[in-house]
Amino acid sequence: MAQTPAPFHPSEAQINRDLLGPLFKTGPKYYAMLALLVAVTGMVFVAWFFQLKYGIGMAGKNRPSFWGLYITTFVFWIGISHAGTLISAILRVVQAEWRRPITRCAEAITTFALCTGSLFPIVHLGRAWLFYWMIPVPNSRYLWPNFQSPLMWDFIAINTYLTGSVTYLYLPMIPDMAVARDKATGWRKKMYRILALGWRGTEREWVRLEKAISIMALIIIPVAVSVHTIVSWDFAMTLMPMWRSTIFGPYFVVGAIFSGIAALLIAMVLIRKYFKLEHYLLPIHFDNLAKMLFAMSLLWFYFTFTEYLVTWYGNEAPEMPVFWSKISGRFAPLFWLMVVCNFVIPFPILAIKKLRTIPLIFVASTCILVGMWLERFLIIVPTLTHPYLPYNYGTYFPSLTEAAIASGTLGLFVLLYFLFAKFSPMISIWEIEEGYTVAKHSVESAHPASLGSTVDGDVHPAH
Amino acid sequence: MAQWGMTIDLDRCTGCEACVVACHAENNLPVVGEEQAANGRTHQWIRIERYWEGEFPNIRARFMPVMCQQCDAAPCEPVCPVNATYHTPEGLNAQVYNRCVGTRFCANNCPYTARYFTWFTPEWPSPLNEQLNPDVSIRTSGIMEKCTFCVQRIRRAEDTAKDEKRGVRDGEIQPACAQACPAKVITFGDMTDPESRVSKLAHSRRGYRLLEELGTRPRVVYLKEGDA
Repeated sequence: MAQTPAPFHPSEAQINRDLLGPLFKTGPKYYAMLALLVAVTGMVFVAWFFQLKYGIGMAGKNRPSFWGLYITTFVFWIGISHAGTLISAILRVVQAEWRRPITRCAEAITTFALCTGSLFPIVHLGRAWLFYWMIPVPNSRYLWPNFQSPLMWDFIAINTYLTGSVTYLYLPMIPDMAVARDKATGWRKKMYRILALGWRGTEREWVRLEKAISIMALIIIPVAVSVHTIVSWDFAMTLMPMWRSTIFGPYFVVGAIFSGIAALLIAMVLIRKYFKLEHYLLPIHFDNLAKMLFAMSLLWFYFTFTEYLVTWYGNEAPEMPVFWSKISGRFAPLFWLMVVCNFVIPFPILAIKKLRTIPLIFVASTCILVGMWLERFLIIVPTLTHPYLPYNYGTYFPSLTEAAIASGTLGLFVLLYFLFAKFSPMISIWEIEEGYTVAKHSVESAHPASLGSTVDGDVHPAH
Repeated sequence: MAQWGMTIDLDRCTGCEACVVACHAENNLPVVGEEQAANGRTHQWIRIERYWEGEFPNIRARFMPVMCQQCDAAPCEPVCPVNATYHTPEGLNAQVYNRCVGTRFCANNCPYTARYFTWFTPEWPSPLNEQLNPDVSIRTSGIMEKCTFCVQRIRRAEDTAKDEKRGVRDGEIQPACAQACPAKVITFGDMTDPESRVSKLAHSRRGYRLLEELGTRPRVVYLKEGDA
């Protein structure tokens, strides 16, 4: 699907000005927002400090609900992290032209959602200061960590994904770092010079970069799929009612992509509005992603329906109390709110063309994030509070410390993303310029000249 | 090598909870107080599960003491990322406190909900600290713990037997719960010795294992109520 070149045909200088602008212009609003985000993030660490000081009991967990808000939020963030890299990689591999303004902000979501999410398995430990015991190296008694444990797989999978995502985010940033290097002064010039890795924009560099990006795009897709499958195994590998489900792998991956696209759309709406990038992030980008979101919403509903249908039909004694607690019991309000947020509200907005406007897509995406968080919560807590022996049925209510840490990480994520927007253009400059070149050539259909050299000349005229 | 096991005769249990008290004293279990107990944070390596049968006024209470079942195929063991829980050659499901980082995954995967977490550093205000059992370590906050079959008593008996150059006699080892039980509900011993009381009881027609269908192969055999 080729992006119709809008009447807007910016010059290269204009693109540089538009996309690099936010890096070098800093207003009072920016500092106000920064202060707010730092305050929210600070709350996380203050709460965590008290939890470390007084004990993990500061979090509202108990027996039998040994896991709660932390693992919920962990799975939620890992889900969000699927937006970026996976979507960007798929669009790159199929060479969808409309991907160009989306990839960078999507990949950044992945990286920072992973950073935020991977904080939680540490926060939730009883003795968080010993988290490094999970690193797969033998200790002083030559005892390795237990590779049979799904948590161990998690640790390895998430680290692999983080490494891959950072690489995949960084590779397409190199030419943009060079552009920034040419614009920046002072210490920032030095920083960008290091990050640009001496990029000069020769043809050989472009060929190698394109090759590296396409290899990473191919590698990262199976990694992304496996990561959330492995996260689902934290539950599916156990014996617990309504956790021991064989479809949890794909169910979690679908949920992850679902919430991931929603997060990406929210980020795109905000970037478009506050960085005034209406000419770059066009309605067609939102429309295309909203259609993908619609497909994911249907898939999510199908998986949820299947999951509950099979449980109900199987009618096993240990599973039914969990099932009914969600359908009509104590967790029913949350369960039905989840269905409304993930399906009832997004369905008409995303299905009907007239309603698929940017503000309404924003509303639908926000609902989906709430709904997907609830989904994670409803997978974890109802099962834990209804173990096999009914004498041990319990309740769970999050404590203040726990709620502060879990909600505050939204601030942490936004802060990281916000700082990143100051550091790198949120839309890839060279890819946009390349896009205009491709469009120009396909319109003129004159000389299908080698893409590399054309772009090469276009992007870095002066050094 | 002995394979330790236990039988619990439900026909005899009166639900007096003497075993629970004895376990607290023997194993240095903290008493967490009313508020924390209401939050579900008690430490009871052994607990009396009470189930009601029938409708009022024709109602009957049934008691079932439950502790770690020392499963041969223990679901808690493979899920621990740091090997803090493992199987001893004597078939005990051991918990290494020093190794535990507190992921609590083991507790989530225990179908018997037999594992207890230390949410806060336990305190024994003086003079209560004087009654702590020196044979059992005190656990810090943030680690998992559970019934050990009174492993300190097993070791002591084994050491004594070794010094006297003989095997451990049947009945020589008594966990604290078995010792305190006025109704003699709990029998402990070597499951591989066909002459031991525990293995005779375990082979009674009344014997069954808790949630046997899950395939965890527990070491604790319950004797249901009724004729032998």
